[in-house]
Amino acid sequence: MNPHADSIYPVLLIPLLGAIALGAIGHSRRAGWVNIAISAATFMASLRLALGVWEHGPLLTTSGMFYIDAFNVYLLVLTTFVGLTTAIFSRNYMLDEMKQGRVNSKRLQLYHAMYQGFLFTMLLALATNNLGILWVAMEGATLATVLLVSLYRTPESIEAAWKYFILCGVGIAQALFGTVLLFFAAERVIPNRHQALLWSVLYAHAARLDPAVMGLAFVFLLVGYGTKVGLVPLHNWLPDAHSEGPTPISAVLSGLLLNVALYALVRIKMLADPTLGVLPGELMMGFGMLSFIVAVLFLHRQRDIKRLYSYSSIEHMGLMTFGFGIGGALATFAALLHMTVHSLTKSSIFVTAGHAAHIAGTQSIDRIRGLIRTQPAVGWGLLIGTAAIAGFPPFGIFTSEFLLLAATMQSWPWLTAPLLIGLVVALAGLFRQVQPMVYGEALPGQRHARTSMLPVAVHLALVLWLGLAIPAFLAQWFNHATFLISGSSLL
Amino acid sequence: MVAVGLYTQAIRMLAALVLFTSFALLAQTRMAALIRLFAWQGALLAVTTALVALVTHQPRLYLSALLTLGLKALLIPWFLNRLVIRLELQHETEDLRGNAMVLLGAAALTVFSYYVVMPIVELSTLVTRNVIAVSLAIVLLGMLLIIVRRKAVTQVVGFMCMENGLFFAAVVSTYGMPMVVELGVAFDVLVASILFGVFFLHLRDSIDSLDVDRLNRLREADE
Amino acid sequence: MAHPLIAWALALLQTLLFIASAPLLAGWIKCVRCVLQNRASPSVLQPYRDLGKLFRKKVVLAEEASWLFRSTPYIVLGTMILAAAVIPLVTVRLPTDAIADVIVLVGFLALGRFFLALAGLDIGTSFGGMGSSREMMVASLAEPAMLMAVFTLSMTASSTNLSTAMHYLLQSGLVLRPAFVFTAAGLMMVAIAETGRLPVDNPATHLELTMIHEGMILEYSGRHLALMEWASEIKLMIYAVLIADIFLPWGIATRFTAWALVMGVVAIGAKLALLVVLLAVIESGLAKMRLFRVPEFLNLAFLLCLLGLLSHIILEVGI
Repeated sequence: MNPHADSIYPVLLIPLLGAIALGAIGHSRRAGWVNIAISAATFMASLRLALGVWEHGPLLTTSGMFYIDAFNVYLLVLTTFVGLTTAIFSRNYMLDEMKQGRVNSKRLQLYHAMYQGFLFTMLLALATNNLGILWVAMEGATLATVLLVSLYRTPESIEAAWKYFILCGVGIAQALFGTVLLFFAAERVIPNRHQALLWSVLYAHAARLDPAVMGLAFVFLLVGYGTKVGLVPLHNWLPDAHSEGPTPISAVLSGLLLNVALYALVRIKMLADPTLGVLPGELMMGFGMLSFIVAVLFLHRQRDIKRLYSYSSIEHMGLMTFGFGIGGALATFAALLHMTVHSLTKSSIFVTAGHAAHIAGTQSIDRIRGLIRTQPAVGWGLLIGTAAIAGFPPFGIFTSEFLLLAATMQSWPWLTAPLLIGLVVALAGLFRQVQPMVYGEALPGQRHARTSMLPVAVHLALVLWLGLAIPAFLAQWFNHATFLISGSSLL
Repeated sequence: MVAVGLYTQAIRMLAALVLFTSFALLAQTRMAALIRLFAWQGALLAVTTALVALVTHQPRLYLSALLTLGLKALLIPWFLNRLVIRLELQHETEDLRGNAMVLLGAAALTVFSYYVVMPIVELSTLVTRNVIAVSLAIVLLGMLLIIVRRKAVTQVVGFMCMENGLFFAAVVSTYGMPMVVELGVAFDVLVASILFGVFFLHLRDSIDSLDVDRLNRLREADE
Repeated sequence: MAHPLIAWALALLQTLLFIASAPLLAGWIKCVRCVLQNRASPSVLQPYRDLGKLFRKKVVLAEEASWLFRSTPYIVLGTMILAAAVIPLVTVRLPTDAIADVIVLVGFLALGRFFLALAGLDIGTSFGGMGSSREMMVASLAEPAMLMAVFTLSMTASSTNLSTAMHYLLQSGLVLRPAFVFTAAGLMMVAIAETGRLPVDNPATHLELTMIHEGMILEYSGRHLALMEWASEIKLMIYAVLIADIFLPWGIATRFTAWALVMGVVAIGAKLALLVVLLAVIESGLAKMRLFRVPEFLNLAFLLCLLGLLSHIILEVGI
C-alpha cells in the first residue's frame, strides 16, 4: 500500500467544498479571486499527488475506491492546471460580461459554483477505480455544465444546452448499459461482486472475461463515451454547446471534458484488448478517422469563431482516438502527447476567441476583422494559437502529429495519405478563416476588451516547449503511461 | 419449453407489462396521460425488482425497489406533473402522423435487442435471463421516444424511460449494480429531473413553447 | 379413440350444435346489453324468431342482380359452417381435427368475406360499394393481427393445428403467459372489428355514414337475408369460441364419455356466457368510432398481437 494514497482526497475535496462555498458567495465581486484560489489549491494538491505517484508508483486507496497510475495522474495534473489558468482568465471575462449585462449576479453565482462542480466531476472520473462511479461522474459532468451552456438564456444558448443534455444523455445511457454488461462479464470470473467493477481488479482478470459479452459491452461503451468525446456521427451537440456557452466553459469543455471521455474509452479498451484482440482498436480507428475527416470538411463551412474551433476539437479528438486505436507504443505515446498539447492549445485558443468576440461584440467570423490592429495581443494570440493547432512546427502538436503519422506509416501505411491530406485541408480551412480576422481591415464599432492574455501566453509557451524538447521527466511519464496502455514502452 | 416456477412466470409477466408500457408511451399523445403511464412503468419496475429480490433472496434489491418506487413512480412523475400543470400543458397533445410506422419500428427494435443480447442470455444462469432483452428494448424505445417526439416533456419522459431500462438491465442481468453505483445513478437521475424542470421554464421564457421543433436556430452555417 | 362412425357422428353433432346455438349467443348479447342499459330486453330466443320470419318471407331481387348476388348467401353461410366444423366446441380429438388448422380457419373466413364484398358491389348501389370497400379496409388491417395471434399460439404449441394446440395447453396446466395476455387483448379487438361490433361498426343501425356490414347486405331480403344474418351470427360465435378455446381451454372434453361431453357443453356454455358479458360491457362503454380512426384501433390490435409474439419469443422460449 502506497503511503501517499491519501493524497488523492485533497484533489477531490477542495473543488467539492469549493463548489459549495462558491454556491454561497459566488455572486460577490471577489468570487473570481476565490475561484482562482480554489483552483490553485487543487493544482497544488494534484502536484503533490503526482509526486507521490512518481516516487512510489501506482497507488490504490485502502477502500479500493481510487486508483492512480501514470496514465490518470498526468491527466489529473493537466486538468487542474487548465482549470487554474481558465479560472484566471474567467475572472476578468465574467466581470466584463457582468458589465455588459449579459449575466447578473445570480447567474455569476451559479457559474462559479458549477465551475468547481464541473472540475470535481472530471477529477472524480479520472481518479475513481470503480467503472460505475466513472459513469456517474461523466453524467455528472454533463449535468454540471448544462446550465452553464445556457447561462446567457438566449434562445440559441438554451437550444444548445437542450441538445447537449438530450444527446449526451442518450449517448451516455448506452455507456451505462455497456457498464452493466461489463459487470455481468466480470461477475463470472471475480468471486467478490463488490470488486467486480473495480478497474484494478478487472484489469488483473481481463484475459478471462467472456469475449462475446466483452465485445457487446465494448460497442455500447464506445458509443456512449464516444458521444462525449464528440466522435462522428454523435458529435452534433459539441459545436453548439461549445459555441453558445461562456468562453471559459468552452475552454474547459474542449480542453478537458473531451480528454476525460477519451480517457474512459481508453481504460475500457485496455480491459477489452486481451479478449477481443484487434477489434476494439480497429473500431476506434474507424470512428477516429471518420470524425477526423468529417470535422476537417466542416471546418470550411463555419461562420462562427467558436464553432470553427469546436470542429477543430472534433478533428483532434478523432486523431487521438485513431492513435489509441492503432495501439502500439509509438501511436499511444503520440496520442498521449497529443492529448496534452491539444488541451493546452485549444483552451488558449478559446480564451483568445472569447476576447476577439468581446472586441467585435459578436462571434460571427465575418464581423471580426483586423484584431492585430485593434488589440495586437489578441491578434497575435489567435494567430499563434491557430498556427499551433494546425500543426506548424515547432509547436508540440507538430511533434505529436508527426509521431502519429510515423506510427500510421509503420502499421497502416495506406492510411497515411488520408491523414496527411486531412491535415492540409484543415490547415487551409483554419487559415482561410483566421487570416481576415487577424489582418483584415478593422470594422467600425469595435470596443476595447479587458483581456487576460497570461493564460494564453503560458499555455502557448508550454506547447512550444513541448515541441522543442520534451523534458526528461515528462517523457518518462508518458513512457510509463504508454507502457500501461499498450504493453510496450517507447523509450 | 422448460417448466418454470410461478415466481419466474410472474417476473416474466411483469417484464412483459413493463415493455407494454413502453409501447403505450410511444402511442400516447396527451401529456398528463404520458406522465401517468411513466409512473406506472416505474411502479411495475419496482414490483418486478421486489419480486426478483424475493425469489433470489437478495435483500439489497428491496432497497433498489424502494428507491425506484420513490424516485421513478412517485417523485419524478409528481414533479413533472406539477410542472405540466404550472405551464398549463395538461391538455396539450402531440401530432402523431405516421405513428404506426414508429410502433413497427419499436417492434423491430425489440427484435433487434433480442438478437443483440443473445450471447449474454446464453451465458447467464439467472432466473431473469430472458428479461435482459426486454430491458435493452426499453432503453431503445426510450431513445425512439426522444427521437420521434417534438415536445420537451415527452423527450424528458423518454430520457427517464431509458434510465428505467438501464436500471432494469442491471437488476435482471446481475441482480443489481453495487450499491454505491446505484445510489450514484439515482442521484444523477434526480439532478437531471430537476435540471429538466429548470429547462422547461427557460424554454417557456425563450421560445414561448415547449415544442423542441422551434429549436432550430443553430444550423450548419449556410444561411 | 371411439369407433370412427361414432366419432364422425359426434363431429356432425358438434357442428350442428355450433350453428344452432349461434343465434342464441346473439340473443344473449342483446339481452345483456339491454340489462346494462336499463332497458327491457327481448327474449333470448328473439334471433330465432327473426330468422324464422325472414325465411318465410319472399325474396325481392334487384333487376341487375347476377348469379353472384343470388349465390353469395349460400356461399357465405357455407364457409361459416365449414369454419364452425373446424373449431373444437365441446370436444377435441374428432376426425375433423385433421383440417382443424388455424390457417385454414383464417382462409375460410377470408373466402366468406370475399364473396360478401363482391355481392355488395354486384347491385351497383352506392351503399353496397361503400360497405364493401370499408369491409375490405377493416379486413386488410385485421387479418395481419389475427395471423400474428395465430402464430403466437402455434409457436407456443409447436403446431398450427387447433386441436393439437389445445391439447398442449391443457397438458401444460396453468401457466402465466405474458404472450397470451397480449394476444388475448389483440384477438378480442380483432374479433370486435371483424364481427362488426361497437366501436368499429354498429350492428343495430343503418346509418349511411357509419355502416360497414349492414351496407353490404342492404339489398338482401327474405331467405337471403336470413342466411346472411345467420352467417354473421355464426361468425361471432366462431370468434367467441376461438378465444375461449385458446385462452381458457379447461373443461373441454378430451375423452368420449357422456360425462365428459356434458361437462364440455356446460363449460363452453359458461365461458361463452361470460365472454359475452365482457363484450357487452365493452360495447356499452364505448362510443362508435369515426371511420378513419378504425385503422388506429386495428393498429393497436396488431401491435398487441405482435407484442404477444415478441414476448413469447423473448420471454418464454426457454434457453
